[in-house]
Amino acid sequence: MEYEPVIGLEVHIHLKTKTKAFCGCSTEFGKSPNAQTCPVCLGFPGSLPVLNKVALEYAIMVGLALGCQVQEYTKFDRKHYYYPDLPKNFQISQYDLPVSKDGFLDIYLEGGSKRIRIKRAHLEEDAGKLIHETEVTLVDFNRAGVALLEIVSEPDINSPLEAYEYLTSLKSIIEYLGVSDCDMEKGSLRCDANISMRPKGTSGLGTKAELKNMNSFKGVRDALEYEIERQTELLNDGKPVIQETRLWDAKELKTFSMRTKEEAKDYRYFPEPDLPPFIISKGTIDEMRKTIPELPREKMLRFMKEYGLNEYDARQLTSSQENADFTERCFRKYPDKNKKPVANWLIGPVTSLASAANLTIATLNIPGGEDELVKLIKLAEAGIISQLVAKDVLQESTAGLKISSAIIQEKNLFQISDTGVLDAAIGEAIQENPKSVESYKSGKENAVMFLVGQVMRKTGGKANPKLVQEMLKRRLSDG
Amino acid sequence: MEIFRLTAAELLRKLKKCEITDKDITSSLSARIRESDEKVKAYVRLTGQPHFLDAEPSAQSGLSGIPISIKDNICTAGVNTECCSKILEGFKPPYDATVIHKLKAGGMAIACDKTNMDEFAFGSSTENSCFGPTHNPWNLECVPGGSSGGSAAAVAADEAVWALGSDTGGSIRQPAAFCGVVGLKPTYGRVSRYGLVAFASSLDQIGPITKDVTDCAMLLGVIAGYDPHDSTSVNSAVDNYCSALTNDIKGMRIGIPKEYFIEGIDPQVKKILEQAVAKLKDLGAYCREVSLPHTEYAVPVYYIVATAEASSNLARFDGVQYGLRVKEKNIIDMYKRTRDQGFGVEAKRRIILGTFSLSHGYYDAYYLRALKVRTLIKQDFDAVFKECDCIVTPTSPTAAFKIGEKTDDPLKMYLSDIYTISVNLAGIPAISVPCGFTKEGLPVGLQILGKAFDEAALLRTAYAYEQATPWHLEKPKL
Repeated sequence: MEYEPVIGLEVHIHLKTKTKAFCGCSTEFGKSPNAQTCPVCLGFPGSLPVLNKVALEYAIMVGLALGCQVQEYTKFDRKHYYYPDLPKNFQISQYDLPVSKDGFLDIYLEGGSKRIRIKRAHLEEDAGKLIHETEVTLVDFNRAGVALLEIVSEPDINSPLEAYEYLTSLKSIIEYLGVSDCDMEKGSLRCDANISMRPKGTSGLGTKAELKNMNSFKGVRDALEYEIERQTELLNDGKPVIQETRLWDAKELKTFSMRTKEEAKDYRYFPEPDLPPFIISKGTIDEMRKTIPELPREKMLRFMKEYGLNEYDARQLTSSQENADFTERCFRKYPDKNKKPVANWLIGPVTSLASAANLTIATLNIPGGEDELVKLIKLAEAGIISQLVAKDVLQESTAGLKISSAIIQEKNLFQISDTGVLDAAIGEAIQENPKSVESYKSGKENAVMFLVGQVMRKTGGKANPKLVQEMLKRRLSDG
Repeated sequence: MEIFRLTAAELLRKLKKCEITDKDITSSLSARIRESDEKVKAYVRLTGQPHFLDAEPSAQSGLSGIPISIKDNICTAGVNTECCSKILEGFKPPYDATVIHKLKAGGMAIACDKTNMDEFAFGSSTENSCFGPTHNPWNLECVPGGSSGGSAAAVAADEAVWALGSDTGGSIRQPAAFCGVVGLKPTYGRVSRYGLVAFASSLDQIGPITKDVTDCAMLLGVIAGYDPHDSTSVNSAVDNYCSALTNDIKGMRIGIPKEYFIEGIDPQVKKILEQAVAKLKDLGAYCREVSLPHTEYAVPVYYIVATAEASSNLARFDGVQYGLRVKEKNIIDMYKRTRDQGFGVEAKRRIILGTFSLSHGYYDAYYLRALKVRTLIKQDFDAVFKECDCIVTPTSPTAAFKIGEKTDDPLKMYLSDIYTISVNLAGIPAISVPCGFTKEGLPVGLQILGKAFDEAALLRTAYAYEQATPWHLEKPKL
């Protein structure tokens, strides 16, 4: 039988608030253990939580960006379980009245777009971190109490690729909002996945496994792929899938059973009596809606409409707020209405240079900034220097930290369109390559390109290739 | 008169006139504690000379030099705060409760020896303390009430000028009544809970226990007010409570709830209360019978809500960060042994009750239903306060009972709070003032209940009553 996976994702993001969710401790990453703690986040007797208003605002912003209904009445609840990294042995979370619910996220696949429903997004506090030494286990509470937003999708995801796209789009939206770093390596984004299999075309749900411990989006994709294989094999062998939590091992590329959930855990949720419910007025929600910046999808559509880009280019250039802003600055400096040449440059040579240096187009150090870059593009587009030369100049400029116009001046790289000079070089090329001349004349049009290349070499890449090609064709057909 | 017998107001007058010094007060009080606490046992961990923290140099002079005693569940920086529980053995909080900040800012000298209490405030007799019971200064064979029994007994025995207690279901008012002193439970949200080791977060309030109503008004004025560290504290102006003591209650409308004078009330207490009501009428108050129809549900509702919250609040005592840790090879066994050895019987009983009522499948039937009935109880009071300024009841159905008398019967013990817990469920303020003695010579308390945030009306009524009666001047013979 053919099976299809049913996947739901639970994404936890650290909100980028300066202080923790319920106390004034700093949230800065990488400080010495327990340096950022106080009686409140350590859960000391008598201490009380006070909600960080910025955390609530950030949570509302994410809710709005994901098309959720932001709740006018929201409250916190205590979720109880014993674990030494949890100072109070309960976590302040939200149970039945999350900040927002019922939203969606559209993801883009080759066949078109797909809507993944968001069940809820709720605020909670993070726990500390256990450090296992040989003899003892230590606890670092620096992370304890940091504001987390848990975003839970409906089980609308049907492939590892969809899961990957969901995470990428979610990360992009959250980065646009500027409310989280979404860095899986630093733990500011964590993702758990629920996956079960069902016969293709049916609508029921099979027994699910919960996957944890993935530390990259690729890890999520790989773990899901592994799990699809594992569960399918079990089902084909007539064996049952057990409801359990499984840990992804990124080295072995396998999932391992962590614990079996024989019965649902009883967290004994009840309303947090130390925090009165919060009323968020419609007016406040409307005000906050105005502060939501243009999000990736809207920006992409606008780039297509306003700058005449195709969808692929527009999506590439709006993948992050920074890149989109850089792109728009370049566009504005470029006088033509058609921005395609700039887009090509940004997606092509600029992106390759940036990737090679582990940077983005916005963070790549281009001497003279977008001014020089656009100047260079204009020179290339106008045929004043060749595209090939222009690319080399850009590389030299970023490597040697020298502005491109200076390089062009110094090396006199202006494109040669002087037909006298070109005629001589063309003559030489024809003389030296009789075979190519022969095949062109026998009907192989492409042979002319080889000759163009020869002329380019002779002129140090400065010849205007279009002109050379025209001149060559004329000479060869003449005689 | 010996210095230790004086009220805070009297001490301040003498200090102002330079008749005595700060040192005279603390040394007189220390001597008194050494002399009589062997019998009363109001203080815990008392070894050698009792001592007091010096007033902070930056403090205002208002109450400068007046000592104050603190219940063992209110955090004092660097000074043991153990809630009279073995599980908090040796715990010295790294911070002061907000009320302690305020006392220090007022120039008061905080007693480093804390007062006895039922473990985590679980009890009505101070018998559930890991340090053993406190004895009632009026009869050492009797309990002082609880859970703030140590604070009430210390004030009654003149071992403290005044003290702070905490009240979750009557823990200030009932011991104040049993010990013949004044105790006030403020409106929920009037006094910051920051630094009060939580029993039931939605019910707990810190309040004063004093020798008379004047001191009570003064002390409430110091500790009341909004605290940004407590989200449940209320940001509204604090009345000038001392100016409420006008000694005039003519035309005051006082309600007497009929449900409080039925079965279970000691005939002596009933009679004393009737006399107190007559006195209030003499003073010009208009007294009439009112009804609080959901009164009978208060005890069950309270024991569901309070134990549920307690089971959650006490989850943190696990041996990981502070207090007792019983060493074991793995974490689960460490948790189990630590909590088994650290908590007393009553604490365990309440944790189990609370855990049960929050469990999946029982939550709706117990906790959620209790919250709904709690709303009804609150509405009872709202209705009465439309027609009355105050409500008057006995503080407790009986006077102090014998040590050991009710320890084997938790239900009987729980019923001794029957008149006090509705107040906590409704969040309103109430005060207990002495209103007479039984023929056995034990004090009886008059409880006055008021509208939320109208502590001034309570104090005004209590003061007028106090000024017209001799009870607050009586002293136990130790």
